[in-house]
Amino acid sequence: MASEPQGGLTEYIRHHLEHLRPPHISEGAFWTLNIDSVTVSLVLGILFCLWFWLKARKATAGVPGKGQAFLEIVLEFVDGQVKDVFHGDRRFLGPLALTVFAWVFLMNAMDLLPVDLLPMITAKFGIGHFRPVPTADVNMTFAMSITVLVLVIFYSFKAKGFGGYMHELFTAPFGKWLFPFNFALNMVELVAKPVSLAMRLFGNMYAGELVFLLIAGLFSTGSVLLYSLGIIGYAVWGVFHILIITIQAFIFMVLTIVYISMAHDHH
Amino acid sequence: MELVAHIAQVQGFTAIALGLIIGFGALGACIGIGIMGSKFLEAAARQPELVPLLQGRMFLLAGLIDAAFLIGVALAMYFAVANPLLVNVMAAGAGH
Repeated sequence: MASEPQGGLTEYIRHHLEHLRPPHISEGAFWTLNIDSVTVSLVLGILFCLWFWLKARKATAGVPGKGQAFLEIVLEFVDGQVKDVFHGDRRFLGPLALTVFAWVFLMNAMDLLPVDLLPMITAKFGIGHFRPVPTADVNMTFAMSITVLVLVIFYSFKAKGFGGYMHELFTAPFGKWLFPFNFALNMVELVAKPVSLAMRLFGNMYAGELVFLLIAGLFSTGSVLLYSLGIIGYAVWGVFHILIITIQAFIFMVLTIVYISMAHDHH
Repeated sequence: MELVAHIAQVQGFTAIALGLIIGFGALGACIGIGIMGSKFLEAAARQPELVPLLQGRMFLLAGLIDAAFLIGVALAMYFAVANPLLVNVMAAGAGH
């Protein structure tokens, strides 16, 4: 715990929950920038694209190498999920689902690094606060889910036309004489999608990060028993967390596909 | 001294609330996972050829069931380490 301030566990956790922000912006200002989340997510996104692009460029129809085989497994898994839900042209939805899955998974996987590793490295460069998990930042998850909402609205217009979509918004469950209720219900449905999508991912990752931090707090107590308990707890929660990050990335992907394919359905 | 009593009161109620959030959340999530798991095993025993199809959906639903609970846990943890409800008490105490 290189960057540990004085003040015990509460201070330690609070210190770790602070984002790296531009220094000239005052505390609690509305317009701000979480540099750590943006940087880590961009780096991971570029890494994912480069990796897949390099492998895809050298892909052979003959005996595939280990890297290509792994990529094929991921690709076919995602494509199979898309195929199950969406019956139409998959040229956009397939790559979208793959990007969402791999990107969210990589961002979640930052949770598996020791909680003090990246802050320790950045502290060497004089940066005090650094949160390495972008998906434990509610801004990131909402950015992704609002993008999904925009896509849903776009595909609703594209699949049904302006008139068709308006007709559906105003008449869908109860017929045209109750159009205010229909519209209100449809709006609630539309808004609930990105909120639940973002909060689910954020809640899972935030809770996971906090549990890691609480366990890491045991390392500084000075007692050997608590230290070894911390190591065991960290390992157990880490293994369990592998399951959680995969499932959450998978859920984000599947729900993205489901929402966009729902936008294609006619009522 | 009065301030200490007020802080203790807020913290005590917060602690009870944390227990309720995590306890009831865990209760609901566990019942949900239990029902789903038992149904999955029943279905798998009846029609083993459907297991690959059902497995993916089971994990999807497991994540969905767990999510509400984990959001609750995140909220509870947030209240446990940095209690925003104490801010007003502290401000009132500083005013005196």
